[in-house]
Amino acid sequence: MMSGIALVSDKGVLLNAAADDRNAPFTIRGLTVSYGQVPAVYSIDFTAPAGSLIGILGPNGAGKSTLLKAAMGIVPVVSGQVSFFGKPLKEARYQVAYVPQRASVDWDFPATVYDVVLMGLYPILGLLRRVSKADKAKVAESLAKVGMQDFADRQIGQLSGGQQQRVFLARALTQRADVFLLDEPFSGVDAATETAIISVLKILQLEGKTVIAVHHDLSTVSTYFDHLFLLNRKAVAYGSVTKVFTKDNLVTAYGGKLGAAQLDAIGL
Amino acid sequence: MLGDALSLSLGYNATLVTLGATLLGAAAGMAGTFLYLRKNALISDAISHATLPGLGIAFLIAVAFGWDGRQLAILLGGSALSAALGLYFVNWLTRETRLTQDTAIGCILSVSFAFGVVLFTIIQVLPAGRKAGLESFLLGSTAGMLYSDALLILVLSIITALVLVVFLRPIKLVTFDASYSETLGISVRRVDFIILTLTLAVTVLGMKIVGLILIVALLIIPAVSARFWSEKTDIILITSTAFGALSGYIGSAISAVSAGLPTGPIIVLCAFGFFLISFLFAPKRGVLAVALKHYQFQKTVHLTQGLLSLALRQSIYEPKTRRLLQRFGYIRADGVVTEVGKSLAAKTLLNEKRWSYWQETLRESDQFDGQVVFSLMDIETKLTQDQILLIDQGLAARKGKKL
Repeated sequence: MMSGIALVSDKGVLLNAAADDRNAPFTIRGLTVSYGQVPAVYSIDFTAPAGSLIGILGPNGAGKSTLLKAAMGIVPVVSGQVSFFGKPLKEARYQVAYVPQRASVDWDFPATVYDVVLMGLYPILGLLRRVSKADKAKVAESLAKVGMQDFADRQIGQLSGGQQQRVFLARALTQRADVFLLDEPFSGVDAATETAIISVLKILQLEGKTVIAVHHDLSTVSTYFDHLFLLNRKAVAYGSVTKVFTKDNLVTAYGGKLGAAQLDAIGL
Repeated sequence: MLGDALSLSLGYNATLVTLGATLLGAAAGMAGTFLYLRKNALISDAISHATLPGLGIAFLIAVAFGWDGRQLAILLGGSALSAALGLYFVNWLTRETRLTQDTAIGCILSVSFAFGVVLFTIIQVLPAGRKAGLESFLLGSTAGMLYSDALLILVLSIITALVLVVFLRPIKLVTFDASYSETLGISVRRVDFIILTLTLAVTVLGMKIVGLILIVALLIIPAVSARFWSEKTDIILITSTAFGALSGYIGSAISAVSAGLPTGPIIVLCAFGFFLISFLFAPKRGVLAVALKHYQFQKTVHLTQGLLSLALRQSIYEPKTRRLLQRFGYIRADGVVTEVGKSLAAKTLLNEKRWSYWQETLRESDQFDGQVVFSLMDIETKLTQDQILLIDQGLAARKGKKL
């Protein structure tokens, strides 16, 4: 199941080109998604090696979120295949966890933090199985990992933006998956939350999990991720951060939207 | 008389009606909760109006075959089919065209209704149509409710309850976070299908008692009223069921003892009564509670800032602050600070200093994250004795340095 581990050996190398990725944790082949006639992402090829922490970066409307949503079967694809450990999503659901954008739900929904995190266990709870002590312990453990253990009984509408984001991450953690796809986990959160989230992601990486996050802050790319996927509807560049995070690539991806001042600010 | 009706001792027929209305209300309250939480309440309006053509066509077909067109099973069957068709078109329009759902609902609702009214007019002129009494489905009529009708409603309510209990988890998940539930392999379309089928069943069976124009109210109002009372989905579900059942029970009892008052509208007005009570008096979300909380918050802000100004010997220009300080006896009418005022002002200043020191130095990353303005809280109720001791030592050391 985890034979993709062989690919970890040299993270610096572009792994999507020739490597045998049939069993890689997460593979996209020729993916095109469109809303109407205009492709949101076009002909994407992508392979995530096991144990990597990958940032997906690109300007607004580049199709970053769409890519993840298509991979998770939330939006229909026009063409292409997505596989997890060589299997379609249907057969690998238990190994994949998705963290949607915080703003995608109504936080006035009547539920507590505990209720939301428990949702990550619904697949194994099924329809009617009672929530056992072990299940409750899993919820508590996930909450502790994101530093929200004292908030279990809090109404979700009373959380700050950063706390809401951490609840979403905790919900994904309870799934005990091997691949994590996160849509803008750092968007609109406080500094403490950002630190908490990135350290959770780095721990996941150390445990051999594969983590892919949509990101938009250029200044933190090199400290947060080891791989970078630059996207602007089409793939611009993909590989280790050191190789891909260059001025030329960024200018190609962002076009005129990126000022010289911004590039200077991040030391490129 | 009303007591007789409420205690179900007003005769066989009235008892049947009351029981039927109660169960219908319960079923509507249950199905409506998730319709409301899914922000899809208006779809029930499309469903109810789309029953109308089916009702007319079913009657015409039955008459054409020489059957009695008034048989409830035939009429409801036809209504259910055409409501399902209407529902399908609303979803199809929303999915396949650029129309938004509210527009699609508006189209289907009005076209169905127009079509239904034309059919009804045709039926009226038929020899068999005069006594058909189809118009009673518009506003409901409980006269002549049969044992079989009540039984049908009973079975429906039980099925609704069972389906909701069995599928509570997926339904909750889809109503809260549809795209996440899709990633867990829980199909949003399937769960929506369950919710809408329940709604359709409640609508069609409710036509007889409440009428198709008002059944929407029984689906929406109990759920909205229940939302005022709790922050937990399960409790809202139970409360909404209770509100729906009580509305049906009280409403039908009132209409039973006052000849001529229509059952459906009375039931809906009862539901509105529960809404009004919830809207005004619910402990946290009710308007009175919210207004009171806002007033108290405003008072705290004015008093805290006023006392702080007193402690720092600054002038207070805000008339409202002066008025409040005076009312609480902290300053006299001529503006002189009272003894109570002095001690409280000193306390407020200390509170402020402690908080700002704590924020600058000791505060752990996200304690009280984004929730509050610290100055407005009494630090002694929020932090432990040890923490405060630490703060005071820090403040003393800082003072020492300055000297």
